Amino acid sequence: MFKKEMTCIVCPRGCILTVTKKDGDYQVEGNLCKRGINYGIKEVINPVRQVTSTVKIEDSIHPRLPVVTDKEISKDLIFEVMDEINKVTLKAPIHYRDIIIKNICGTDVNIIASRSMDHI
Amino acid sequence: MMNQYDVVVIGGGAGGMSSALGAYQNGAKKVLLVERDIELGGILQQCIHNGFGLHHYKEELTGPAYAERLKQELMDTEIDIKLQTTVLKITKDKEVHMMNEKDGYQVIQAKAIIASNGCRERTRHQIDIPGKRLSGIMTAGLAQRYLNIDGYLVGKKVLILGSGDIGLIMARRMTLEGAKVLGVAEIMPYSNGLNRNIVQCLHDYDIPLYLSHTIAKVSGNDRLEQVTLSEVDEKFQMKEGTNKTFEVDTLLLSVGLIPDNKLLTDISVKMNPITNGAYVNDKYQTNIEGIFACGNSLHVHDLVDYVSEESYEAGKNAANYVLHQNKVKQNIINVKSSDHIHYVIPNQIMLDNKNVAFKFRVTKPMEKALIMIKQGNKIVIEIKKRHLLPAEMENVKVNKKVFKYDDDISIEVKGV
Repeated sequence: MFKKEMTCIVCPRGCILTVTKKDGDYQVEGNLCKRGINYGIKEVINPVRQVTSTVKIEDSIHPRLPVVTDKEISKDLIFEVMDEINKVTLKAPIHYRDIIIKNICGTDVNIIASRSMDHI
Repeated sequence: MMNQYDVVVIGGGAGGMSSALGAYQNGAKKVLLVERDIELGGILQQCIHNGFGLHHYKEELTGPAYAERLKQELMDTEIDIKLQTTVLKITKDKEVHMMNEKDGYQVIQAKAIIASNGCRERTRHQIDIPGKRLSGIMTAGLAQRYLNIDGYLVGKKVLILGSGDIGLIMARRMTLEGAKVLGVAEIMPYSNGLNRNIVQCLHDYDIPLYLSHTIAKVSGNDRLEQVTLSEVDEKFQMKEGTNKTFEVDTLLLSVGLIPDNKLLTDISVKMNPITNGAYVNDKYQTNIEGIFACGNSLHVHDLVDYVSEESYEAGKNAANYVLHQNKVKQNIINVKSSDHIHYVIPNQIMLDNKNVAFKFRVTKPMEKALIMIKQGNKIVIEIKKRHLLPAEMENVKVNKKVFKYDDDISIEVKGV
């Protein structure tokens, strides 16, 4: 039987949830409110995260540009996304929300600039 | 003739930018924002993770994106901005003495001053870590700046002391960049970070959190080589036989932030020993008329959204002070924190019909608690809370009409 423990992050209380799978149905225990059920099941079926990092940039005030995924991506892809991000070198100027890498790792998620960075 | 401004804001981070906007949009004509770094944004620029802006912009932003949005709002105004400029001192008469490469030493006469110059990290020397002065021991925020702004990873095998949010965020960030984070040690029996960060920065990467643990020893030659942790009892004394040794080249410290208030203490502004920020009334005005304080130099916030909200108000109040010189002296009452409340802001309120936001922290985690706002010994407001954590600042808005007497106000919390 599948069983997983986790801390719920929907609110600051942080209920300790136990998610089990019986006969194809997921069950959540330990939640004090209904929102914990959705969170628990989602974390088991398809946990997703936003990824933030930096890429190299030349001719700008700083040598690194902060970037972020424009949507959440599967948690399993985080390290592959990091590998792709680390291959890039940009040249300033870059504008806030410019697409840095389109459809990263074959997903429909783009890596975009977190800020503008002027040419110097 | 000395250069004159209505409002001078010291510090170009989230607090400074928001308070400059607050002053300008509420009628202050000449507003100057002074920042010592090469650009605006303050600490937001190195906080590249997301989770900012949900209250203020109603969307989830990274730190640099939040700064970018505030900067865009500033660009639509006629607020003057001086970068790479350090304020050396202010006076009770509201002179601002500052210096930069281009203008040299300059003195500006302000009608109101807003101090929003942030906080600093508590260092190794303030928490007495035993052992040699090895390289590889530094604050988590410094490592964050090296990594996210300058592009240097400060180590490969890392231990983190303190489970504040910066420490947790850096545990994930160093892991993503290829370092091995062996654990986070916290002297308290609970974490001081937000739950979301415990889950998404530690659990996601199987990084252990050692609660009730502290550092017994650091060793190495020039560079850090080993850190020994020891479990502590409820009096924070190390327990014998509980030592664990980690082979690490880096120790990051996330052990608290201290508001930076030298400009204010130099002119004897009354300070609060608990927050290390100024005593303020509900206009965010210090005990010196026309000198205001907000942001992390007033008290350390956990959400930048609250910094913006508070600082915008401080700016608006500074503008009102300049325009109307509204020196309301009567009907001022004190606000005190009492049982299980670590501190409360503001420390004084003026009795009128407007709203006030009481911001406070509890001293320990509590389940099923009752927050009571009292005047004298009468309970004016009661709020039930399912859970309270020291890491989460409470923010309770109250219309001041409910305070009908001249007695002091106190905020208390008890378990129910």
